[in-house]
Amino acid sequence: MRLEPVAQPGLARQIGFPALALLATLGVGMILAAIAGADPFAVLGQIVIGAVGSRLALLETLNRATPLIFTGLAIAVAFRAKLWNIGAEAQLYAGAIVTVALGTGVLGGPVVLPISALAAMLAGALVLLGPVLLKVRLGVDEVVTTLLFNFIMALFVSYLLEGPMKDPMGMGWPKSPALIPEARLPRMAEGLRLHWGFGLALISAVGVWVIQTRTTLGFEMRAVGANLRAARFAGMPVTSVLIKTALLSGGLAALAGWAQVAGVKGHLSADLSPGFGYTGIIVAMLALLHPLGVVVSALFVAGVFVGADAMSRAAGVPTYIADMLLAAALLFMVLALALTRVRVVRG
Amino acid sequence: MSFGQDGAEGVLRLEGITKRFGALVANDGISLTLHRGEVLALLGENGAGKTTLMNILFGHYVADQGSVSVFGQPLPPGQPKAALAAGVGMVHQHFTLAEQMSVLDNITLGTQSLWRLGLGQGAARARVAQLSRDFGLAVDPMARVADLSVGERQRVEILKALYRDARILILDEPTAVLTPQEAEALFQTLRLATARGLSVIFISHKLHEVMGHSDTCVVLRHGRVVGQVATRDTDRARLAAMMVGGDLAEASVAPGVAGPVRLSLRGVQAGPLRDVTLDLRGGQITGLAGVSGNGQAALADLIGGMRAPERGEMRIEGQAVTAWTPRAALAAGVGRIPEDRHKTGTVGDFSLAENAVLETYASRFARGGFVDWAAVRRHTEALISGYDVRCPGPEARIRLLSGGNMQKLILGRVLEEAPGILIANQPVRGLDVGAIAYVHAQLVAARDAGAAVLLISEDLDEVMGLSDEIHVISEGRLSPGFARGSLGPAQIGLWMAGQGFSDGGADAA
Repeated sequence: MRLEPVAQPGLARQIGFPALALLATLGVGMILAAIAGADPFAVLGQIVIGAVGSRLALLETLNRATPLIFTGLAIAVAFRAKLWNIGAEAQLYAGAIVTVALGTGVLGGPVVLPISALAAMLAGALVLLGPVLLKVRLGVDEVVTTLLFNFIMALFVSYLLEGPMKDPMGMGWPKSPALIPEARLPRMAEGLRLHWGFGLALISAVGVWVIQTRTTLGFEMRAVGANLRAARFAGMPVTSVLIKTALLSGGLAALAGWAQVAGVKGHLSADLSPGFGYTGIIVAMLALLHPLGVVVSALFVAGVFVGADAMSRAAGVPTYIADMLLAAALLFMVLALALTRVRVVRG
Repeated sequence: MSFGQDGAEGVLRLEGITKRFGALVANDGISLTLHRGEVLALLGENGAGKTTLMNILFGHYVADQGSVSVFGQPLPPGQPKAALAAGVGMVHQHFTLAEQMSVLDNITLGTQSLWRLGLGQGAARARVAQLSRDFGLAVDPMARVADLSVGERQRVEILKALYRDARILILDEPTAVLTPQEAEALFQTLRLATARGLSVIFISHKLHEVMGHSDTCVVLRHGRVVGQVATRDTDRARLAAMMVGGDLAEASVAPGVAGPVRLSLRGVQAGPLRDVTLDLRGGQITGLAGVSGNGQAALADLIGGMRAPERGEMRIEGQAVTAWTPRAALAAGVGRIPEDRHKTGTVGDFSLAENAVLETYASRFARGGFVDWAAVRRHTEALISGYDVRCPGPEARIRLLSGGNMQKLILGRVLEEAPGILIANQPVRGLDVGAIAYVHAQLVAARDAGAAVLLISEDLDEVMGLSDEIHVISEGRLSPGFARGSLGPAQIGLWMAGQGFSDGGADAA
């Protein structure tokens, strides 16, 4: 048995293998459910119903997808240029901190939201700028630096919540004071539990898609990622492209923090993000780094989380099944992509 | 080891070998027979199926149909070990040596049982020395491979095969990396081998080698044997015609009309380049001959903007250059055909259209930061038809194109900008004969349009056939320029080997 490359995978391969990956993921889910002592079909059904089975469930899924779209876009933009930003979590918190700093009374009126959004993006961009400068100037591996920034930022947030940003009325809880009403994101429609962060996430996805496919900067980002040597030979300003990529990526990740604070929580706490920065990597990879695909995969991932929550309450199977399902989905998808490009031959 | 009955059987017999990769038929019913003491040259353009065939023979690939037999015994498919045991030795184009080990260790590696390691060294050494003498393969068995020249490493590879009792030697483009003198020594070795009853298959692009050193020529085209002839019954023109399927006129290029100096280097130091002085004139092709790795890449990088002069002076159209980058070079009218079209010249996953504007997207096809893709598409379509690029269309991924068509697109991308200076670094490497003729014609046309062309090539025939003036590069030093026809291949070979340079590093030239 050996593997041979397939020069031009046909449509059957391109659709067939990802479909098999999805089936395999469902299979793993059913086995896990069976191990947990529940009826596998019922568990899967309840996940689907819990994710999209009612208006409330659907809205919850959309809300949950919002930060994932932002972090997924941040990762997709960076990875496309082969800039390995593993630090979306840190950039998210940087955005959240700035949103709270500006949204608790320093500014007032209708300017608060746009200013806090821009300032959050700037903060996230700056958090990623350091590691990228180290990369382009000294060749320091950005995987390590961006990853470690997540821990630095988590500790910094703890410090803020125990010190300068601690809510004096918080009964000792480590959380910040609440945003003023003008700093909160309005709902997209009256009576709809969906804030405008979701709309902005969709607009951002289209924006990133336009940048990547229509602009000279996007062309440069893709070329730098696809063949650094050729990009350099063609005269592209590689260093400046990488820095601009970092600013865009960090800014997008920070918008996830901004949207969570201004749209959902209304304050900063250490549990603002249950790993949206890391899950963004899964979202981006499942979307094959396509900005519009990020929206679809973020909805899928959010649906699995929300559905698993509901299922857990009904069937008593732990919500960890969601993490395991996503991990399985990612592994099978990566495998499926590899298999579309090779065939197994005997001999 | 049986010494093989010859006759119609031959020592090696391929029968009806067919190998498909998806829709591509790499080998289509190939049969050939190698006789005892014979040198068989396997000829064919790139992609004709030569390497696939040798990989099947050596067990790296499994054929879909057909069989291989060695000394009358069928060879089990897909087992390099079986091929080795049957007496087939292969010298790959890219050597497979452990650099940090000695020559002797490399030769004996894998032939000794583990518990005997360290023993039998004396016997092995004596055997290697004997083989060295018998086959004219001078190399110090105690030297570290990393310290050896390319020619010496190749000798180690051949010794490795002989040490394993190879009776059939297969060499994949063995002279691609050698000086003319080293190549001559290699063929001397092959003659000694055949005199001892060994048989040889060598793969080559170079017609003069095939004519000079083989008994039989087998020509492949599109995976099929299109001709098998005794070398003495044929000539270069007929072999070339078989390779491309048409009669090729012998290249004859009229000399150019020398114009003004467009680029000048004076005592330039840059990386491996030492005090390089060079004038490139418009209307002229300046050829750079030399064995690969002697500073050609650095010179191409220097003129192309990838490398700035560390010392000395570089002028373009009389203006001294400062802040030298690829973009500055492009703006100064330097057109670049890079050595490696896959790694440097193109982005494989990009479309033809995207690759066509890789250098000009910002200067010619952008409005307010947006790329005008409609204009890019029109431009690409014009390139495709103007430069005869065979492809499914401007949106096709360039990775899917053959080397020749990829090179034509690069050629079009560069020539459409009407460069004053054109650097062509190995412009025809790996191309088939038809594409080679096309690229050469385009270079001459650019020259006649007034461009100063620098042609860098390891193929001496190419340099001598096209250049109005020839420089030889050796260890970063540049020879004086020689007018067309004033130097023979033997003299150029001596310059390549480093003779004739006034060493001592004069600061000014």
